[in-house]
Amino acid sequence: MNLAELQQKLIAAARVNPPDERVPYAFEKRITALIAARAAAERKMLWTQGLWRAAASCVAVAVICGTVSFFMPAAADNSNDLSQEFENTLLASLDQADVAP
Amino acid sequence: MDRSEAELIAAVLKGDSASFEPLVAKYSPRVFATARRYARRESEIEDIVQEVWLKAFDKLRTFRSEAPFEHWLMRLAVRTCYDFLRGHQRNRESSFSEISEPEEDWLERFVADPSSAAEDADAAKLLIERVLEKLSPSARLVIQLLEIEDRSVKEIAQITGWSVPLVKVRAFRARGEMRKILSRMAQAKYL
Repeated sequence: MNLAELQQKLIAAARVNPPDERVPYAFEKRITALIAARAAAERKMLWTQGLWRAAASCVAVAVICGTVSFFMPAAADNSNDLSQEFENTLLASLDQADVAP
Repeated sequence: MDRSEAELIAAVLKGDSASFEPLVAKYSPRVFATARRYARRESEIEDIVQEVWLKAFDKLRTFRSEAPFEHWLMRLAVRTCYDFLRGHQRNRESSFSEISEPEEDWLERFVADPSSAAEDADAAKLLIERVLEKLSPSARLVIQLLEIEDRSVKEIAQITGWSVPLVKVRAFRARGEMRKILSRMAQAKYL
């Protein structure tokens, strides 16, 4: 068998049988709908990604605060207790009212 | 590129995705014909064409209006088909034992008298499809563009993004690969 001739013959066969240009019904509508759906999905994904990032940041801050408060040595002197000082300041006027009469 | 086409592209770039629809309707026949050269199953062809249009929509900003939109789109289509071929190489492993009866008859007619085997016969078409399926993706692309579509080396370089010397090297290898496949087919049938 002459392979070179067979090759030329088969290539000629491919040339004389071009593929058809048939398009499925309403194909352009399908593409447009796909593009619109993809745009909506992308917007949703953008929001989801943003929320996940925010949640991750919040968790990281909480972990850092927790670690710091866990490993910080407790203050021996109560007068240095910030919460106690805050309470004293807040209730100072009431304390004074109790003492006045 | 006619004016209405330029207007449609400008509208799409401004965010009006509905203006993309007339472009899809106008050029889909050519994109389908291109995809049918590289894939056989209709579902695969539709997937390829869909991917071409989605890529075209995403990359529309890179389109320079100096060249016709059709050329830009066809380049995208051929590259997508090449990616498809690279992703579906398993078909190449099959043997020639499944050649149908009409194909075998056509081959026998060719062996007896090459001029009696008609090029426009369905069997010849099936046979060349079978041979092309067995080629490597780059060889298939080069044979398709250079030998079947009769494009120049320079054109192929523009379409594929390969350099001109690379196209020449791949064309040389592709012809050799095709000859080897034909020889395997001949051995399977006539030895």
